[in-house]
Amino acid sequence: MKRRSMMMSLATAALLAAGLAAAQAQEVIRLGAAAPKTGPLAGGADVTHWPAVRLWVHQTNAAGGLQLADGPALIELTEYDDQTNPQQAIQAAQRMATQDRVDFMVAPYSTGLNLAAAPIFSRLGYPQITGTNVTNQQPDLSAQFPGMFFVLGRTGAMAEDTARVLVDLREAGEIGNRVALVNVADAFGIEMAGISRSVLEENGFEIVYQTSYPLGTQDIAPIIDGARAAEPDAFIAWSYPGDTFALTDQAIVQNFTPRVFFTAVATAFPSYQARFGAQAEGVMGMGGVNPDDPAFQEFAAAHMELTGQGPDFWASASTYATLEILGQAIEATGTKDRAVVMEYLQDKSNSYDTILGPIEFNDMNDNERFWTVGQWQDGVFRGVAARGRDGVSDVIVKDGWD
Amino acid sequence: MSKRDLRNLTLASAALGLAALLPLYDTGYLLSIATTMAMFTVLATSWALFSGPTHYISLATAAFFGLGTFVTGLGFQTLPMWMLPLIAAGLGAVLAALVGLVTLRLSGVYFVIFTLGLAELVRQLVTWVQNRTGQRGMYVLTSITERDIYWQLIAMAALVFLVGWLIARSRMGFALRIIGNDETVAKHSGIDTAMAKILLFMISGAVAAVVGAMMAPRYIYIEPSTAFAPILSFQVVIMALLGGTGRLWGPLAGVIPFTLLWEFISRNAPNQTLLLLGLAFLLIVYVLPGGFVGLYERLQHRFGSGGR
Amino acid sequence: MFFILITGLLLGGTYALIAMGLNLQYGVARIMNLANGEMLVAGAFAAFWVFTAGQVSPIAALLVVAPLAFVVNWLIYRIMLQPLVKRAKSRGALEVDSILATFGLSFALVGIMTWAFGGGFFNYSYLTGRVDIFGSSYAQNRIVAFSIASLLAASLWIWLSYTRAGLRMRAVAVSPDSARLVGIDVHAVSALAFGLGGAVTASGGALISMFFTLDASVGVMFTMKALIIVIMGGVGDIRGTIVAAMILGVAETFVARVIDPGLTLAAAYLLFLGILLFRPQGLFGKKPT
Repeated sequence: MKRRSMMMSLATAALLAAGLAAAQAQEVIRLGAAAPKTGPLAGGADVTHWPAVRLWVHQTNAAGGLQLADGPALIELTEYDDQTNPQQAIQAAQRMATQDRVDFMVAPYSTGLNLAAAPIFSRLGYPQITGTNVTNQQPDLSAQFPGMFFVLGRTGAMAEDTARVLVDLREAGEIGNRVALVNVADAFGIEMAGISRSVLEENGFEIVYQTSYPLGTQDIAPIIDGARAAEPDAFIAWSYPGDTFALTDQAIVQNFTPRVFFTAVATAFPSYQARFGAQAEGVMGMGGVNPDDPAFQEFAAAHMELTGQGPDFWASASTYATLEILGQAIEATGTKDRAVVMEYLQDKSNSYDTILGPIEFNDMNDNERFWTVGQWQDGVFRGVAARGRDGVSDVIVKDGWD
Repeated sequence: MSKRDLRNLTLASAALGLAALLPLYDTGYLLSIATTMAMFTVLATSWALFSGPTHYISLATAAFFGLGTFVTGLGFQTLPMWMLPLIAAGLGAVLAALVGLVTLRLSGVYFVIFTLGLAELVRQLVTWVQNRTGQRGMYVLTSITERDIYWQLIAMAALVFLVGWLIARSRMGFALRIIGNDETVAKHSGIDTAMAKILLFMISGAVAAVVGAMMAPRYIYIEPSTAFAPILSFQVVIMALLGGTGRLWGPLAGVIPFTLLWEFISRNAPNQTLLLLGLAFLLIVYVLPGGFVGLYERLQHRFGSGGR
Repeated sequence: MFFILITGLLLGGTYALIAMGLNLQYGVARIMNLANGEMLVAGAFAAFWVFTAGQVSPIAALLVVAPLAFVVNWLIYRIMLQPLVKRAKSRGALEVDSILATFGLSFALVGIMTWAFGGGFFNYSYLTGRVDIFGSSYAQNRIVAFSIASLLAASLWIWLSYTRAGLRMRAVAVSPDSARLVGIDVHAVSALAFGLGGAVTASGGALISMFFTLDASVGVMFTMKALIIVIMGGVGDIRGTIVAAMILGVAETFVARVIDPGLTLAAAYLLFLGILLFRPQGLFGKKPT
């Protein structure tokens, strides 16, 4: 009985699939995606990149595909593992373009891999709409690679806004002048710490403790001890996922309670909340979203339903938005001819409606409206500083861990 | 120069010349695989120049390579492009000489782990200095194309093969073969084994640094975690051993199938790439002891030594 | 001052957990196991899994993780590595083969773990309370891990020193050829050592998962650390590994707190390279004859 009903449903499913395939046989848009599934950045890509990409493809196909001039076209996704290796990222982009002949490619994950793959995208005329690439080099990069677009924002703005949050808090009389500044010693951390330091000093803050630690360090007790001894009002860490967790962990253990506690990447991950629960309250991190925006709520619910995990409150949305932009450009031009789509994207008067809100690109292919700082408030990571975005929440000071 | 030497030289030049023609045929997919192959050919061959005769397994390739990429990253805006590989070669050789001098006493696994530690030490120091000087991420934006890089690497490969061939013919080559077989005998027969070893290590270090300097424009964004990634050292060792280090062409015989295999697996099993790569390694170790050179020599042995 | 010492010793305990297993595997079975870190991550995954699925404490999970890891590693040695040992003409040839084979194994293990658990980060919250010693606070889970590491190290040392099985193992570690002459089944002893080493490593992983954030690809980091500690301490002597782990832990913490955290790893490598230069056989190693 049971077996028969299963057979029946299988047969029905097969018939349906066949019918669907026949009805839609007319057009397919092939989309290629290469990003880390293994290697040092796999953990981040697994939270931020892959679920967002798969979700967009799933939703677009469920809605009947993208509307081209001669009817709808379904998306066919090809995935590759670039092993967090620039060499492999280059080869994968090459392979997708010239062997699989995909119509479009999803931009890779992370700044380094995006830049390694950029010449391939550029030479073969693929738009590269990046959602996880933070850089300050938009002028040079867009000049060299006119098809490269930047959705996530500028490093400079993120570091500046973090400093500005402190300035506001100081003016409100909530915190004093003392800041501890630490960073993970790689290109990202060094760049962010450098900018923060100069902005903070310009604004009359005193850097009472500054240090860096090697990539991959999770034995962080001495740093928290050092920072605590300097008695700062604010603690800012330009950190990566493993160390973000370790820094928070140690701060709790040593009862290090600055009024501002900021860690960078992974603070916006749902697993951060899952790990620290109520203790996460008031922790600040990079990015942010407007969690009250129905568009984001809908995205979060769908993300949960399809992938079994919530989106992070920062780059998940911007990764998803890169594909929305691509999809809208394809539908607006009604073609999968890359040159035409590229031309549309490069026409800076066009605007795209995304879950981040409307997005336009400036002369440097840069999105000028993005979230810069967020904070855990009542179990939600709210954007507390942004460039040109609505729904910015008020900052609260952190009131201890317990 | 004997007839056989002449034949080998002609064959090698023809093969390299043919390889250099590839970008005229395709500048896309094939070229990007070929560039990877050329990079590993140079690295593995120069690695085997040192490790083949001495049986010292060096895991320091990433240190030299990373050094080279940083030379380009720091200097490409201020110095002429042609100078960078030379500087990289100089620095690589100096570093190798230093390491060579202090590690002469070490052998076997101690040397292996020492070189691994060295690569990490260099990476940590570079990162620290970068952090201290508040240096931003390095963007190597140039007009150099993949084709240019490929040709540079082919030229480098030609140079490495030539050097290897000359060494094998020289008195030093003779000395090295003796060191590999029995260092005590070598010492007693009046060969300066220390000098020979250091010289070879310097060559392989300089070559790896030059390759790093040449590859930097391909990566565009230079950061220590990718420039000094230890996986590179392991890849080079695996490819060289897979080919076999007993002959000059051995590493090449490892690099070509290995790169193709890697690409094949990446392409056909995007979700199990590493699993299948791992299984492929294991298979190779069991089926091909001594690498392709070993296989070739066994075959030659079995079917008589016609080639000799 | 106490803070540096205690934090350093706690870190040393972690390092001992990472490296003790490899010492057995390399010292006795002569396999330089590059898949050591992956075995550690597998142990951590197992602990994470039983914790999130059934709220089983990672310490109780050891009762399952350790025997399971023993069996798996014993089989790995018998099936995969023993043929290489038999085939090897010299120690050098075995080293080359075992580097290649275990490197392949490490890839395969990362692949299996990614496939089974996904590539994402995992961590959980267990025993995160504070313990106050001399006015500074330390994490409970680190102290528990340290205590179990000490227990493990002590029992290993006693077992190796005072039992017949331990004696056989030391004999093989010193000289496989002579051991064979006195009627010891070298392969059986090596398989036992390799399995035991794997069990220790996986247990270490289960304990470390209480305070580290890990993912399927992170194993190589632990392998490198373990290699360095084992070589620094001297191959084939468990005491050496423990002393080296403690020295490294305290030195790193000292540098991080007093000099600059950015130099911790640099200092560790410098220390390692220094020891290797002046005492190539490691702190407790016997001079090769």
